[in-house]
Amino acid sequence: MSEQTMNLKLKIWRQKDKNSKGQFVTYAMPGVSPDMSFLEMLDLLNLKLVRNGEEAVAFDHDCREGICGTCSMFINGRAHGPLKGITACQLHMRTFTDGETIVIEPWRAKAFPIIKDLVVDRSAFERIMQAGGFVSVRTGGAPDGNAIPISKAVADEAMDAAACIGCGACVAACKNGSAMLFVSAKVSQLALLPQGYAERKTRVEAMVAQMDAEGFGNCSNTYACEAECPKMISVEHIARLNREYVRAKLV
Amino acid sequence: MGKPTKFLTSSVGRKITLALSGFFLCSFLVVHLVINLFALKAKPDGTGAEMFTQYGDFMATHPIIRPLEWSLFAGFLLHAVLGIFLFIKNRQARPVRYDMNRPSENSTWTSRFAWLTGILVGAFLVVHINTFFIQSRFIQHRPMIDFIKEAFASPAYVTFYMVALVFLGYHLKHGLQSAFQTLGLRVGRYEKLIDAIGVVFWLLIPIGFAIIPLYFLFAY
Amino acid sequence: MTLNSKIPDGPIEKKWDNHRFNMKLVNPANKLKYHVVVVGTGLAGASAAASLAELGYQVTALCYHESPRRAHSIAAQGGINAPKNYPNDGDSIWRLFYDTVKGGDYRAREANVYRLAQVSNNIIDQCVAQGVPFAREYGGLLDNRSFGGAQVSRTFYARGQTGQQLLLGAYAALSRQIGLGNIKFYDRREMLDLVVIDGQARGIVARNMVTGKMESYLGDAVILATGGYGNVFFLSTNAMMCNATATWRAHKRGAFFGNPCFTQIHPTCIPLSSDHQSKLTLMSESLRNSGRIWVPKAKGDKRHPNDIPEEERDYYLERLYPSFGNLVPRDVASRRAKEMCDKGHGVGATGLAVYLDFSTTIKRLGKKWVEEQYGNLFDMYKQITGEDGYQQPMRIYPAVHYTMGGLWVDYNLMSTIPGLFVLGEANFSDHGANRLGASALMQGLADGYFVIPYTMGDYLASNKFSKVDTNHGAFKDVERDLDSMTKKLMSIKGKKPVDEIHKELGKIMWDKCGMGRNEARLKEALQEIPKLREEFWNNVTITGSADSFNQELEKAHRLADFLELGELMCHDALQREESCGGHFREEHQTEEGEAKRNDEKFAFVAAWEYKGAGNAATLHKEPLTFEYVKPSQRSYK
Repeated sequence: MSEQTMNLKLKIWRQKDKNSKGQFVTYAMPGVSPDMSFLEMLDLLNLKLVRNGEEAVAFDHDCREGICGTCSMFINGRAHGPLKGITACQLHMRTFTDGETIVIEPWRAKAFPIIKDLVVDRSAFERIMQAGGFVSVRTGGAPDGNAIPISKAVADEAMDAAACIGCGACVAACKNGSAMLFVSAKVSQLALLPQGYAERKTRVEAMVAQMDAEGFGNCSNTYACEAECPKMISVEHIARLNREYVRAKLV
Repeated sequence: MGKPTKFLTSSVGRKITLALSGFFLCSFLVVHLVINLFALKAKPDGTGAEMFTQYGDFMATHPIIRPLEWSLFAGFLLHAVLGIFLFIKNRQARPVRYDMNRPSENSTWTSRFAWLTGILVGAFLVVHINTFFIQSRFIQHRPMIDFIKEAFASPAYVTFYMVALVFLGYHLKHGLQSAFQTLGLRVGRYEKLIDAIGVVFWLLIPIGFAIIPLYFLFAY
Repeated sequence: MTLNSKIPDGPIEKKWDNHRFNMKLVNPANKLKYHVVVVGTGLAGASAAASLAELGYQVTALCYHESPRRAHSIAAQGGINAPKNYPNDGDSIWRLFYDTVKGGDYRAREANVYRLAQVSNNIIDQCVAQGVPFAREYGGLLDNRSFGGAQVSRTFYARGQTGQQLLLGAYAALSRQIGLGNIKFYDRREMLDLVVIDGQARGIVARNMVTGKMESYLGDAVILATGGYGNVFFLSTNAMMCNATATWRAHKRGAFFGNPCFTQIHPTCIPLSSDHQSKLTLMSESLRNSGRIWVPKAKGDKRHPNDIPEEERDYYLERLYPSFGNLVPRDVASRRAKEMCDKGHGVGATGLAVYLDFSTTIKRLGKKWVEEQYGNLFDMYKQITGEDGYQQPMRIYPAVHYTMGGLWVDYNLMSTIPGLFVLGEANFSDHGANRLGASALMQGLADGYFVIPYTMGDYLASNKFSKVDTNHGAFKDVERDLDSMTKKLMSIKGKKPVDEIHKELGKIMWDKCGMGRNEARLKEALQEIPKLREEFWNNVTITGSADSFNQELEKAHRLADFLELGELMCHDALQREESCGGHFREEHQTEEGEAKRNDEKFAFVAAWEYKGAGNAATLHKEPLTFEYVKPSQRSYK
């Protein structure tokens, strides 16, 4: 544990609501302990703001364990901040240096309109899932869990894809605001498993169509998504989505 | 499940079309380079270029080449127009840019600027096609080897060529593996093979093209 | 009012079957005429909403997140139990039933627990069919592991993310029904009150968290699947938004609150580093399989742990429980850690931590082995504390993790308000005084997939519903009251931010109604909480406006309820003059310091009835009888 505290400057995007014009506001942030998490540092800022009668900075967060995918901020030019394989809530202040200015922005994409400050509306992801991110089974009547053996390698690969937390860092990091990594993670998971086989054609078509309708950009294979994904989901799943699409449309 | 869209109006369909047209253009590059290398047989005394000239005549006059030529132009046009269209669409997907963005920490510049290297290569092509193809075919009606000798005698023109080939290399460096990915072929076990094919295209082919102007500038 | 648990007749193995036959059915064509409101879309809520919509009911679902996939069910790491007996190690429905009743320290209803064990096998099948990527063996069949000290391997898992994968399965089913138009889904809506018309729960009023508007949602029945109330302690492993508002306000409308003092404290959490902290992080209990827990023998020993020689270390769990050692159940491990720290043996800057030491295992099996087993946990520990658990012992401390208490429900999962059903952690039903590992996911999904689809039909088919809409006076009254409550909160404009008061409440609750409780401290808490509540209503400050996205206002509504619920928890802990499971009354322990139950006087569910502001809640007792699992003292010596 470290006793020394840091003095930081925070340059934060403030925007009243969807239709207002936003701007950056800079806050001095003294007394930051290196053991604080990034979001605890924002909590501290908010406590100070509220005590001064100023409006707290709105930011989405919930589990603070890196699994719910709620937190979503662009920190110093990177989705979820400078470290690999973690969400903003797992980032700790010891990553930063005394005197530093930290720029905090919301995810920026046409498909993710800002609700307030750092909070964006990611319901576009919901509609993509509703279009086809499922296996059409009703409750009840499922065969025994062991009825269809699935090789460990396939189950593991499906799990790799299923680890997606839907945070939107892929969209935020992509220069095109493309949602291909998110969409492909689900398409790939269900294409790998025998349970998803029956609907693989309609699924990929429906999810891609909804993705396009939401105004996400096109994938240009920069792989920024994979590099910034807190769950390090591989772009191999995008390749699989492309294969599934070719198969559905052309084969 | 939701309703599907048509192949060519979907993002993935467009990307696949871009990839396929890219592959087609790559195949042309190989043919183009092989024929051009025959120009290296031309000696300063004016002999040696017979084979190259024969090929040139065949390309310029044989009826079987016409449809190929038109499909090549169509391929170029499709690749360029679609590429620019997707670029514009992609810009629209992020109407407000980040104040601070550090993309260099998550991606290579060749991948981020493939649109730019593509436009630069396109601009080069306009000059290139005018210097050789249009002049020889429609205006001056002389053998191609004469145009080559004349053009590459100028150090400035050769420098322009070298720079353009560097951009072509960068464009192919991203474009080729990207096309494999878009077609769903870039998977673990083929990654090494694809990378090797990539090296052939982005490094060896531009070098091959570079030899010709350098030969005529220095050795000729 | 007498409590009727509506447990069906017959031998325990037949109760659920008989009941399913005896329940009324809704004609398929008529299902469309019924409308159910589901509040909360985590495991229990999403599975219930999807299953009811599949049957043909009209469903409205709401959650306070932007997406159902964010619910805190997602954070469960370990797994989900089901007695499939795939490993051929002697498991059965009966054994899971037995373990759960015993693990709950004989404070759960036998019939409910038996049904839970019965339907748990169907959950696994259902989830596999949805595409949940459970861990598999090389032969392609499902893998099982032993978890939480169970003697059989019955836990199914998906890496360390079982909760996430099960939630995504239920979420997929929910999304499918939303896409089909069978469910109307509303995100970023927080239920602030229940609407009761003619004695029936007929809807809710929720705040639209983006616009601030109070919105009414009408149904013929209401399901609450809104999770637990661990955040009354401010610091817990619960997600930041977890709260008791939906259940508490339903309580104030007439739903009894069951066993509010039953709280589970998980032993292996990362300790508090300083008072800036707003959230505690759980590390999987599996760490105790390979780590040894110790404290320095000398009080206040500030030496670096690696400098403390072997003979000056006290491996207290191994000393006190020679046969179970470091693997004693959660409640015992937690309590002993607290005891050591209270005696002055605690370590770290705050003195509120004990060591979890892997050096013995590293010496025996190598660092690589430990990395393979627990690498992600060591990484997480390092990320949070900046310390390397391979080089020096980890520091751990117990933290609030789960609440067994919740709204009282009968066998049909219906509360004391007709038409108000409560599912998952929000109800009190299946875990008694202590929940076993890998049972929370099981209960949430059992309720949602396999219980409510039947019992809801029975309720709808057996009752008449008056024709009303959301312009009905009851809705308008609630909307108006909530607007004025919000206005009041906004107008206080005092000095203290919501979190500051919440922290104070949390400290009272943790010190006086936490791991160890006694009469004197509980009575102190009962003095302090009303004072703090008073301060809240006079001195809280909330910035921003009521008619916009305002997280401070959201927190204020939640804290207002925690300040009332906390008091009830203390009353409940005070009346329960025994120790059982997570409830440890220091006056009631054996000579060796173990929990001492009093089955004669306290084998009952404490169901509290709200009697209006300023009045003491009334205690109703639902007696618990144990016909099949005879109560005995738990021993881990």
